[in-house]
Amino acid sequence: MAPAVFLLLVWMLVPLSMTVWFSLRSYLPLRGGDQGFVGLENFVRFVSSSAFWPSIVTTLMIVGGALLISIVFGILLAILLDQPMWGQGVVRILVIAPFFVMPTVSALVWKNMFMDPVNGLFAHLWRFFGADPVVWLSEMPIFALVVIVSWQWLPFATLILLTAIQSLDGEQMEAAEMDGAGPLSRFFYLTLPHLSRAITIVILIQTIFLLAVFAEIFVTTGGAFGTRTLTYLIYQRVLESQNVGLGSAGGVYAIILANIIALFLMRIVGKNLDR
Amino acid sequence: MARAVTSRRKALNTTLAWLVGFLIFFPILWTILTSFKTEADAIANPPVFLFFDWTLENYEVVQERSNYMRFLWNSIFIAGGSTILGLLVAIPAAWSMAFVPSRRTKDILLWMLSTKMLPAVGVLYPIYLLCIQLGVLDNRYALVVILMLINLPIIVWMLYTYFREIPGEILEAARMDGASLKDELLYVLTPMAIPGIASTLLLNFILAWNEAFWTLNLTAVDAAPLTAFIASYSSPEGLFFAKLSAASTMAIAPILILGWFSQKQLVRGLTFGAVK
Repeated sequence: MAPAVFLLLVWMLVPLSMTVWFSLRSYLPLRGGDQGFVGLENFVRFVSSSAFWPSIVTTLMIVGGALLISIVFGILLAILLDQPMWGQGVVRILVIAPFFVMPTVSALVWKNMFMDPVNGLFAHLWRFFGADPVVWLSEMPIFALVVIVSWQWLPFATLILLTAIQSLDGEQMEAAEMDGAGPLSRFFYLTLPHLSRAITIVILIQTIFLLAVFAEIFVTTGGAFGTRTLTYLIYQRVLESQNVGLGSAGGVYAIILANIIALFLMRIVGKNLDR
Repeated sequence: MARAVTSRRKALNTTLAWLVGFLIFFPILWTILTSFKTEADAIANPPVFLFFDWTLENYEVVQERSNYMRFLWNSIFIAGGSTILGLLVAIPAAWSMAFVPSRRTKDILLWMLSTKMLPAVGVLYPIYLLCIQLGVLDNRYALVVILMLINLPIIVWMLYTYFREIPGEILEAARMDGASLKDELLYVLTPMAIPGIASTLLLNFILAWNEAFWTLNLTAVDAAPLTAFIASYSSPEGLFFAKLSAASTMAIAPILILGWFSQKQLVRGLTFGAVK
């Protein structure tokens, strides 16, 4: 056990303390280097810069949009896949597939082959119906990103909710049916409460991953057209404009945010561990 | 009567489910199909679905022009290396936590999980700087270590949940029958642990293969894996859909196949045992 604990401890503490250290200094590697201790100035400047609030809004829209789509459609899909049918295994494989596609591939495939305003499939489809093709990534960039990211994460939500649904007691369902409960009330009073724990877990895990979405933005818009999320803003501050102090302050904010969410997740997982 | 209704419902379910499955899978299918088209067919309007001149030309061009093999090898090296290294570190840890738990085991497990929650971008510059100072920027070995550390919590957790399911009584029984510690390890525990280790290996290979934050930020030429290779297609010149598709298909095909074998483990691994 010791080596694993030691490695993770070093892996966590060293970079983390460096980030905190840099966040308290004015540090511009290409323009003057380390210019000393500036207290909390970076933290104030990071949140008061004009890019900060838009990046928070973008982050919330992408995370919220993708969560909403993957949870709602995930529940519907899980219920559908749980029904008796022919070729269930194959359908399952088809539905799960996008999760295994690497982020750069899915982003580029969507960007070019579907959303390209000239040659993309959507453009063909729009023209077929006599409409002007939409320039997805500049006219509705956040929507486009939500579509891409949801496509990647819907399979994950579906798979977990399906696993949870399959543990639902069939007899209970039958009893409710016999007592005259319609499909809707069965859904709201039996299925949904049964799924609540799985839904919570999906929300928490996906939030952590969605907050960190990077490659999808990197290869589609590169942060242009208002698609800068908090993660992307920090990346730009640190590596593109090489303002390490400022970026590190942003990094500290991101770490705090992720930790708040992680706390809830850990509580659920921890409870599960006792059983 | 009741039977007829169920069979009709089954047919309806089947149709609907296949339709949805097809829609979700369509982008992948379309990519694979496009990879066999000529560039002109790839952007044809109306789009051609199956009836086009199938060609392998794109695969040849991608191989020749971009040194695809080197990126592929980097991906295999980084994903494989980090997974094996991670297993070597994690197996003893998970083993001792599952079989000799102490009062602090639960806290340690949860703490390990919390390191996984650390947003990568928060430590981007420190890692970047450390790589420069150690002279390992754009180095395959550095990525092996970094991806190993990133996935270590998941590896430990998965192994732990598998190991915990091995009943302790079986060890006692073996001891009663006169098995030595070595026999116990070799003939009792190892065979029971192998399925769990194999699925952990599979899932982590997939996760490492698809990792696209560190691989994009810490590589340039020498160590760039397929994620970075594909990203280089983001600023295109001229007609390139078919070539992009061929490159994409080659990058995702091995993982799609591996992934389909690991879908059960996926749930366990990514929910840290909270959903089984």
